[in-house]
Amino acid sequence: MAEVQKTQENLVYAKPRLIKDNVMHYCPGCSHGTVHKLVAEVIEEMGMENKTVGVSPVGCSVLAYNYIDIDWVEAAHGRACAVATGVKRVAPERLVFTYQGDGDLASIGIGETVHAAQRGEKIVVIYINNAIYGMTGGQMSPTTLPGMKTSTSPYGREEALHGFPFKVADMIKVLDGTCYVTRQAVHTPAAVRKAKKAIRKAFENSMEGKGLSFVEFVSTCPSGWKQTATEANTWMEEHMFPVYPLGDIKDI
Amino acid sequence: MKDVKLMKGNEAIALGAVNAGCDGYFGYPITPQSEIIETLMEMKPWETTGMAVLQAESEIASINMVYGAAAMGKKAMTTSSSPGISLCSEGLSYIAGAELPCVVVNVQRGGPGLGTIQPAQADYAQAVKAPGHGDFNLIVLAPNSVQEMYDHVFLAYELAFKYRNPAMILTDGVIGQMMEKLVVDEAKPRMTEEFIRENYGSWALVGNKGVVTSLELEASRQEKVNERIQAKYKALKENEVRVEMTDCDDAEFVIVAFGSSARIAAKSVEILRAEGIKAGLLRPITLFPFPDKQLQDLAAKGVKGFLVAELNAGQMVKDVRLAVNGARPVEYYGRMGGMIYSPGEIAEALKEKLIEKTK
Ligand SMILES: Cc1ncc(C[n+]2csc(CCOP(=O)(O)OP(=O)(O)O)c2C)c(N)n1
Ligand SMILES: [Mg+2]
Repeated sequence: MAEVQKTQENLVYAKPRLIKDNVMHYCPGCSHGTVHKLVAEVIEEMGMENKTVGVSPVGCSVLAYNYIDIDWVEAAHGRACAVATGVKRVAPERLVFTYQGDGDLASIGIGETVHAAQRGEKIVVIYINNAIYGMTGGQMSPTTLPGMKTSTSPYGREEALHGFPFKVADMIKVLDGTCYVTRQAVHTPAAVRKAKKAIRKAFENSMEGKGLSFVEFVSTCPSGWKQTATEANTWMEEHMFPVYPLGDIKDI
Repeated sequence: MKDVKLMKGNEAIALGAVNAGCDGYFGYPITPQSEIIETLMEMKPWETTGMAVLQAESEIASINMVYGAAAMGKKAMTTSSSPGISLCSEGLSYIAGAELPCVVVNVQRGGPGLGTIQPAQADYAQAVKAPGHGDFNLIVLAPNSVQEMYDHVFLAYELAFKYRNPAMILTDGVIGQMMEKLVVDEAKPRMTEEFIRENYGSWALVGNKGVVTSLELEASRQEKVNERIQAKYKALKENEVRVEMTDCDDAEFVIVAFGSSARIAAKSVEILRAEGIKAGLLRPITLFPFPDKQLQDLAAKGVKGFLVAELNAGQMVKDVRLAVNGARPVEYYGRMGGMIYSPGEIAEALKEKLIEKTK
C-alpha cells in the first residue's frame, strides 16, 4: 500500500498536542480516555499548558499524569479537593482542577469535596461517575444503581442493604460556593462537543474567580460492567441517564 | 533588629511561621494548640507577607492541603494535637513518599483515644518510628522553651527543604501553653517564584510539566525510591543530630529527657548535685535523628547509668537502650495520661533505680 502523505488538507484527526505518546491503559469504550482528550484540548486552547495543575485521584485515572502534559500532583484516595485547595491557596494564579472517580469523590472523599465546594474554592472538579470501582476490579460504589451487580453486590444493589445511588451533583448545587454544576457524557460526537464546552466554561469560571465548578461525566466502565464498549454506551443511556440526567444543574 | 516579647509557646509557633516565610498554613482546632490558628487569623499575614491561612474541615484535609502547597515548592504547615496527628498519618506518608518538605507541629496531649487535654509525650514512638504506613521517617525536633518553639520553625523548614522530607516539631501542652520571653530576630521574606524555580524547579510544580507522586507500580523502581529515602535518613544521622548536654563532663549518672521533661529534669540535676551526686542531663533536640553517638560516648566515658524521664509508658528509653547497647544500665521513670513529675520525683527515681541498685 502506498504511504499516504499527511497534509493539512487530508488530516481529519490529530491527537491533541498535550496528550502524551504513552499508550493509555484505559479499556476500550471507557469514558476516561475521551474526557482526558477534552481536558487536554481545552487547556491547550486556553493557552494554559504551563499554568495548569491537575490533581489526579486514586482510581483508574491515577496515572492521568502519564497522558496529559501539564503539572500534576497525585493525591491520596479521596483527598484531591483538599490537595487542590492547598495548591490554589498558595498559587492563585494557576488553573487548578481535580479529576476524580465516583469511589474517590463520592465515597471516601465526599467530605473534602463538599467542603471545597462550600468554601467556594476557585477550582474545577471533573467527576467521572461510572457507578463502580473500576480500578479495584468492579466493586459497588455509592453511585451504583439499584439492582446493579458488582463484585460486592453480586445479587444486585439492594437499597435496604446498601442505601441509594448518590446524586452528588444535585447535592453540590445547593452549596453557595459553587458557580457551575453540570452533568455531561461522552457517548456520542454531539455529547463530546457539548462536554468540551462545559469543561471550557468551568475552567474559565475558575480563572475568573467565580467559585467551584463541578463537571460530572456520566461514564461507562465496560470491564467493570462486563459489557462490550457499545453495549455499555446503550446500557448507560437506558439505565444511568434516568438516575443521573444530563444537562446544566446550576450556572451563575 | 531584635525584638523582645512575652508570649505563649503556641503563639511563638504562629509568629515563627510568619517570620520564617511560610506560604500556607492549614489547620483544624484542637486543645492544647488552638492558639496557633487563632493567632494566625488575628495576625492576618495574607495582608502583610501574603501567607495563606485556612481553617480546614479536618486534619485529614489539613495535611492534604499541606501536600498540595508543598508540591508547589512552597513552605506549608499544619499543627495539631495527638488525635489530629493520627489523622495526618496517611498524608504524611504521601508527603514523605513524594519527597516533599513541610512542617507539622504536634502539641501533644495524653491518650490513648480522646484521652486528656493535659500534656504528655505519649506520641514519641509515633513521631520517630511510625508516623504512617511504609518505610519512612519524619525529621523530629523537640523544643523545650518558647524561644525554641519559634526557632525550631526556622530549623524545621531548613532541614525539611534540605532533605525534602516532612519535619515535625514534637512538643506538648506544657511548652505550648506556658508564657516566656521570646527574642525575635529579623523576619525572612517569603520565597519568590524565581527563587523556587531556580532552587526547587527539579521537583516542585513550576509550570514545567512536573509530576509529584508517591506511586511507582514497578517494584524494582519503588525499591530505588526507598533506597534514596533511606540514604537521606543516613545523611541526617551523620550531619544533623542536635543535642544539649548539661553537667555531663564529670557526670556519673545522666538523665535523658526531651522537651518539657528536660526542663523538669534540669532542676532534678541541681537537686542531685546539691546532694553531692554527680548528675548530668542529656537533652536530645533532634529525636530523629537520635543522638546515638553522644549516648555511646557518655557510656564509654564512664557514666555509670542513664535514667530516661519521659511523660509516657517508656518509649524513648528503648532508643537509649539501643544506643547504649548494654554497656550501662538504662532505667525509665515516667508519668502518664497528662500527669507530670516534679524535679524531686525524678531525682528520687534516679537514686532508687540507679544508685541503690548498683551499690
Ligand atoms: C485509602 C485507600 N483505600 C482504598 C484504596 C483502594 N482503591 C483504589 S482505587 C479505589 C476505587 C476507585 O474507584 P473510582 O474512584 O470510582 O475510580 P474508577 O477506577 O472507577 O475510575 C479503591 C477503593 C486505596 N488506594 N486507598
Ligand atoms: Mg468509578
